[in-house]
Amino acid sequence: MKGSLWKRMDLWVRQILPAGSTLLLILVNVMPTRLPGFAPVAPLLPLISVYYWAVYRPELLPPPVAFGLGLLTDIIAGTPLGVSPLVYLLLLGMTSSQRRIFSGRSFLVAWWGFILMGTACMVLQWGLVSLVFGQALEFRSVLFELLMTLSFYPLVSWLFARAQLALLKRA
Amino acid sequence: MKQHSGALGRLATLKLLAQRFAFLSLVMASFALMLLGKADTVLVERIRLVVEDALAPILDVMSRPAGTIADMVSAVHDLAALRAENVRLREENIKLLHWQTVARQLDNENRSLRSQLNFIPDPDPSFITTRVIGDTGGAFVHSMLVNTGTREGLRKGQAVIAGEVLVGRIAEVGARVARVLLVTDINSHIPVLIESSRAKAILTGDNSDRPRLNYLSPNTNATPGDRVVTSGHGGAFPPGVPIGVVASVQDGIVRVEPFVNRHQLEYVTVVDYGLAGVLPSDAAAAEGRER
Repeated sequence: MKGSLWKRMDLWVRQILPAGSTLLLILVNVMPTRLPGFAPVAPLLPLISVYYWAVYRPELLPPPVAFGLGLLTDIIAGTPLGVSPLVYLLLLGMTSSQRRIFSGRSFLVAWWGFILMGTACMVLQWGLVSLVFGQALEFRSVLFELLMTLSFYPLVSWLFARAQLALLKRA
Repeated sequence: MKQHSGALGRLATLKLLAQRFAFLSLVMASFALMLLGKADTVLVERIRLVVEDALAPILDVMSRPAGTIADMVSAVHDLAALRAENVRLREENIKLLHWQTVARQLDNENRSLRSQLNFIPDPDPSFITTRVIGDTGGAFVHSMLVNTGTREGLRKGQAVIAGEVLVGRIAEVGARVARVLLVTDINSHIPVLIESSRAKAILTGDNSDRPRLNYLSPNTNATPGDRVVTSGHGGAFPPGVPIGVVASVQDGIVRVEPFVNRHQLEYVTVVDYGLAGVLPSDAAAAEGRER
């Protein structure tokens, strides 16, 4: 009985890891860091999470979940509603359809993949937000934010890899 | 056997089609939400506030360690800069003492002139100081979340200051959380004055760190270093709150460097000026219904 409970808990934790870690990054993203000059170029960490799980465990991050997470991002961050769901969905769709190229290869290949996908996402988000606001946003700050996001990939993906090893590869 | 695998194949195709359909409908739903956000702002705002209110305690807890780390970092910085800071403060103190004398004289003069004119002073503002629990960094939106809402009397459109300088205005307010739109945000428009020339303008953010001065009358010239303060027009903001200085004038585009340091904002003060904000306040109506 006890074993089965543990097993169920274990299974539950495993299934919730991709969505849960993305949720955590959404919340971390709005944490006031109080570092000088950091806020305007704060990286979009949830993009890393969606990409990572789309490459390694797409079955644990189904499109409706990505949609919900995107909605939550928009609500918390104050971006126009609907922008992040679309960005996450397309990132998930594009990445999981090409995942054979990235998964099982070296870290650098995965990073390269994220550079491509992340850039596409950021340009898309820039276009969508500009469209909703009815005026083109300054692209320079978007570019800096993109560079920050790309450079945060190694750290976040390392953490995810540890979590994946600890929770998902067992049993 | 062949028939069996054919059925399985069809099933797989159907499943794939269903998945594609679900994916496409979610994409369509995203676009629908964007349109809804443009069409029915009240509904969308209400949805946002329900979720933000629910998440406020979590954000509140998460924002605390960040504050502690920042305190430690600044403590180290402070130690290093102590000597230079001391010299600077001494010099500043001498200057300020001079200004204090001037201010006293002006205050006396002002009071006597007012009494001669039967001047009716502006209503005294009341203040609510609140903690910043979220800073939505990034290039797309410049806003902050604070852990005070309608329960404490916050209303939409109120001015938010830190120390003496303007931070922004309250854009959304829930029961226990409110969103502050910073002066640099693309949706921020604030009636301002250039302090020296009293020229009116609208300070418009564009998501860069230096908002623009729009609608500045053509025969006034702004020069870098001019102080920009709120004008109080439109009744939303108290007049005379400092915002920043003119940083550059290029091809008729005047940019203002705000005084506020975004990363230093741990607590901000919401000013209730006793006037109705520029925006129709639905919070007041909701408050009435609750009672």
